[in-house]
Order: sequence, then structure tokens, then C-alpha cells
Amino acid sequence: MVKGSLTMDQQVVSPETTTIRSVVENPKITSKDVCVFYGDKQALFDVNIDIPRFAVTSLIGPSGCGKSTYLRCINRMNDTIPIARVTGEIKIDNQDIHDPDLDVVELRARVGMVFQKPNPFPKSIFENVAYGPRIHGLVKGKTDLEELVATSLERAGLWGEVKDRIHEPGTGLSGGQQQRLCIARAIATKPDIILMDEPCSALDPIATAKVEELMMELCENYTIVIVTHSMAQAQRVSQTTAFFHIGYMVEYGDTKQIFEDPQDKRTQDYIFGRFG
Amino acid sequence: MLTYLLLALLAVTIAAYFAGFTKARSFATAPGCSPQHSLSGYHGAFVAAWAGIPSFLLVLLWLLFQGPVIDSLLVSSLPPDRVEGLDIGQLNLLVSEIKSVAKGNVFSEPDAVVLAGAERYNSWSTIAIWAMVASVLSLSVAALFIARSKLAPRFRARNQVEWITSVLMIVCSLIAILTTIGIVASLLYETLRFFSMVSPFQFFFGLNWEPQIAMREDQVTSGGAFGAIPVYVGTMLIAFIAMLVATPIGLFSAVYLTEYASSGMRAVVKPLLEILAGIPTVVYGFFAVLTVAPAMREFGEFLGFAIAPNSALAAGAVMGIMLIPFISSLSDDALAAVPQSLRDGSYGLGATKGETISKVLLPAALPGIMGGILLAVSRAIGETMIVVMAAGIIAALTLNPFEPVTTVTVQIVTLLIGDTEFDNPKTLAAFALGLVLFLVTLCLNVIALSIVRKYREQYD
Repeated sequence: MVKGSLTMDQQVVSPETTTIRSVVENPKITSKDVCVFYGDKQALFDVNIDIPRFAVTSLIGPSGCGKSTYLRCINRMNDTIPIARVTGEIKIDNQDIHDPDLDVVELRARVGMVFQKPNPFPKSIFENVAYGPRIHGLVKGKTDLEELVATSLERAGLWGEVKDRIHEPGTGLSGGQQQRLCIARAIATKPDIILMDEPCSALDPIATAKVEELMMELCENYTIVIVTHSMAQAQRVSQTTAFFHIGYMVEYGDTKQIFEDPQDKRTQDYIFGRFG
Repeated sequence: MLTYLLLALLAVTIAAYFAGFTKARSFATAPGCSPQHSLSGYHGAFVAAWAGIPSFLLVLLWLLFQGPVIDSLLVSSLPPDRVEGLDIGQLNLLVSEIKSVAKGNVFSEPDAVVLAGAERYNSWSTIAIWAMVASVLSLSVAALFIARSKLAPRFRARNQVEWITSVLMIVCSLIAILTTIGIVASLLYETLRFFSMVSPFQFFFGLNWEPQIAMREDQVTSGGAFGAIPVYVGTMLIAFIAMLVATPIGLFSAVYLTEYASSGMRAVVKPLLEILAGIPTVVYGFFAVLTVAPAMREFGEFLGFAIAPNSALAAGAVMGIMLIPFISSLSDDALAAVPQSLRDGSYGLGATKGETISKVLLPAALPGIMGGILLAVSRAIGETMIVVMAAGIIAALTLNPFEPVTTVTVQIVTLLIGDTEFDNPKTLAAFALGLVLFLVTLCLNVIALSIVRKYREQYD
């Protein structure tokens, strides 16, 4: 498949909510006017983003700007919050994820998620990775399962470190290893999209470097969307970047361009460290 | 008299507080004095503690020893010709006769020795009380002045008060511990007496429980049989039925409350469930006898087989209902303690709610749930009122839940009801049963608590 190329266009919604966004050819994920409400409070206003396939897209912005909320729309994790309500349209490969014919369980199997804090289940390393394939019936037989677990751990760059203690508890690993275990767990369900919600915020610099390296490898086969507080990380790993601010998606484009030549005043202020 | 003495002691203590307080104040206001080490309140508390506590202890000691001392004085003052040839029991009888005469309870015309003794007893009692008042109050006042004289600006009253407080707390915890040790020791003592009459082998392995004691030599059940197996089997059967009812209902209601119920529903259901825990067990007993057992018997008749009115099933089922809040509230805590991140992780992999609960949440919360279940088991084994009302008394060795069985607690109650003498195996058997019951529940509690503690460390 061809990687999406980016061109710029400007769309004026209102002076307050100017959105500068890129048009992506053949996007993996398209969002149209996505709004999220928590009870009476609106957390996200009319977000329109097209996310390119086989690339890393980072969502940046100050705390509480709605970037995690948007990320959780893509695999409908907001459904698990009773008071949350999502409007607008999100399509993955031109299929509406809110289509009643689409089961949320299938959607989440296709859209893997890695969380801020490593959250391995209190089970063995093997059982952690085998969890997804088991519940979705992805493999038949024990040898296939063992193979899938091994390749998933391999892809997450963890196989060499854990292959001798695969039946020991996953919670006994170090923080960085736990996070890579969670990535392996997500990969094992054979998704095409991996969402990462600040995956390195609980890790030390060396573990962070390993996870970043992994993301850059994985984006050859997966579409990755990452929420990050570290602008350096966004520059290192991502090809496209979206800047969010108090519930609005302010600017979206090529990572290099966003960081070197931001168009919007708010983006400039944030990137050059004038707030946030 | 004792009340007035204690009130006087309290007054001295309060006065001591102010005496200490005002003296400490005078340091603070005196010119050119070095700064005070402790606040004036601590000086006051120091003096009050010394004025109050030792004198109070003296009152307790005095009351403890006054009786025996006067008794022995009384015995030694009786004329030798009257005491000669009396054994301990008769002597005690004489002393208590003198005491009752001294209190004015004269039934028949007492003899001269008793009257004289009663007179001496009364005068000694009066002397003892006044001596106690005098010595306690003088000790209190003396302690007040000594403690007050120790006060100085650099006197570390704060540390002293801290020390006194910690000693008081140690004493309080010792009382609880010593009481437990005392109970266990008395159980152990009586059990050993029982085993000197009935062999432990018969008690632990005998299959026949008929703890009657012959009134006449030629009575049919003259021996009495003390094989405790049927009693323990009955206890286990009823506890098992109770757990069979309580575990699924309690666990599933906990799952519902933590995972499915809306917050409004939870706010209503949870307190309602906890009301179950507040129902007195005697009320459950009524419920078992008057409602559940007849309903079961009618249902059994309808199906064409006999269910005894005091069947193990009825008692166990009602006991199970009593245990539901135990299991549900401990399981609820265990499930709520599973971090949200594990739920998110499971949902994020495309698991349904049911899969998340059965494959992630329940295994993660299992230690806490197990702890709750074991605590409930030890409650079920030790529960008395429901089984006394609803279970049988005859110890039949059966595993049929439709038959009546008896339990350890029921047997202890029946053995000790009415006029009892603590010199035959019938009553002493109650202590042996009680000791074994205590050991079993103790083990279960220790296991349960250690499991719960282990699980607590898991997410910290």
C-alpha cells in the first residue's frame, strides 16, 4: 500500500476555532465532526482528522486538551464510561465504527491499545499474550498459540529477554518490559491499528528509547496513533502531528512542518514553550 | 461508700491538674526565667496522673484483698472447740452463715458463736473501709504534692505524660490478650479433665454420640457415648449447605454491584444487602423454623418424599442467607480493588464484559474472595442461634440433607442447659467440643487473614 502524502489546506470554522488541517490521501482513519460529551460538559469539539496508514501520528497538547479523549474514540473505549457520549463520524478503512452492524468487540480486536501505565494482567507472561488470541479464537491448537505468542513477543522486542521465563508472572517484569509486554499483547490479536496513550510516561529514558524504537519498526506494518506529552518524542517517532487545545484540534500536518513552521498562534505558543 | 471515695479521688485528680497547671503558669509569667520545656497543660496532666492513677490502683488492690483477709481473721478468731473437726466445706458454710447474719438476714435463732462472729465481722468491715478511704486519699494528696514539687521550667512533663499514656495503652491491650489466654486456658483445663474420664480416642474417632449420664445404676443408657464424629459431620454438613447457598449468591451480587449496577442502583442495593448482616441471628432462627422448614416439608411432600421438619437443608439454607452479606461485601471490596487499568486493558483487547470478569477480574480478586469465603465458613461453623432453633438435637451420622443433624454449638448448648455439675463427662464434653471448635475457627481465620493480607500487597 502507498503511504499517504500530505497537502495543506485551510478551513475556517470560526475565528476562535480555526483549524488548519492536512488532506491525507487514502487515509486509514477518517474523523468528521467528532464531539465528545461527558454528561453536560463538552470535552471535544468538531474534530476532523484523516490519519495516514502505516505511519505514526502523534497527538500533542497541554493536559486536558482532549487528545486522550479523541484517541479513546477510535476504539470506542469511551463506551465504557457511562456518562460519555460521542457524536460525529469515525471511519476505519471507510467503515463507520458506530455502524450497528459492527460489533465493538471486533473493532477493539482490530484496534489495539496500549495504556499510560503498564497494565499486564496478574497472570504469566505467556497467558498475558495468549489472552487476546484465546478470546477471539484466532488460533487452533496449542502449537499455533505458542507460535503466535512467540512471534508477538518477538515483534515487541521482548522475546530474547523473557523466553526462558515465559511462565513467570508478567507483573514481575520491569516497567519498560511490562510496557513492551502490553504492546506484544496488543499485537497478538492481529490488529491493523495500535493506539498508544502516553506509553512512555511511566518509563525511564532507556526503556522509553526501546519503546520508541519499537514504534518506528512497527509502523511498517501497523498504523500507530500515539498521545504524548513529550514534544521531543513526537518529533522523533511520528510522521504527522495533531495539536489539540481545550477540546479543539487546532493544527494538523506533517510533523516537521508543525514543529518548524506552525501556522496557528496557539500552536506556536505551545511548541515554543510559551504555555503548557 | 465506694462511690463517694471514687468521686473524692476524681476531685483530687482534677484539683491536681489545676495545681500543676497554675504552678507551671507561674514559671511562664515569672521574669527572667528560662523558657518552659512543656506546655502548662502537660504539667497539670503529669500531676493529675500521679495523684489519680496509683491511688486508683490501691483501691482495686484493697478491694481484691479485703475479703480474704477479713475471712481468715474471722476463722482464726473463732473459738477452737467450735472449729475443731470441721472440713473446708463446713468451715466455709459457717463463715457464710456469719456473713449473712452480719448483713441482717437472720432465719433461725443463731448461736452465740455466730452472733459474736457477726459482730466482729461488721466492726472489721467498717474499720477496713475507713482505713481504705484514709490511706487512698492520703496517698493521692501526698502524690499530688510530691509530683507538684518536681515541676520546674525545664521539667520534661510532656515526655512524662507521653510515657504514662503509652503505659495505659499497653495495659488496655494486655487486658484483651490476657482475657483470651484465660478463656483458652480454662477451656484447655476442663478439656483435660474430660479426657481423664473419656479417652481422646473415643472422642475423636467414636461414631456414637449419646452424652447421657445414668441416674440409676440399672438405667439402659448407663454408659453414655462420647464419639464426636457425628456432631462434627453434622456441623460440616450444615456449613457446607450454607456455603453452597451463600457463595454463589454473595459472589454474583458482588460482581453485579461492582461491574454492572449503575451508581444509583449501587447506592440502594448495597445498604439493603448490608441490612441482612444486621438482622439478629435469632430472627433468622424464627424464619428457619416457622417459614423455611414447613415450606420445604410441604414441597417434599408434593414431590413425594419426606423432609424432616428440622432438616439440615432448612438450617443450612437460612444460615447461607445470613452469610450472603459477608461474602458479598468482602468480594465487593476485592473486586473494587482491582485497578481500572486491568479492566481497560481487557476491554482494549476486545474482551466482552463477561470475559473480562471471568478471565481477569475474578482471578485477580480471587485471594480476597477466598479470604471472605473462609471467614464466612468459620462464621458458619461457630453460628449457634439458627441451628439451636432449626437443627436437630439427636446426633445421627448422615450426609442426607433432608435428615435432621446436630452441630457442635447445639450440643454445647444442650449439654450446659439446666442444672449442671462440672464433675461428670456430660458437662465437661461441652468444653472439649468448644476447644476443638475454637481451634478449627482459629485456623480458618488465620488462613483467611493471611490470604487477605497477601492480596493487599499485590497492588500497592
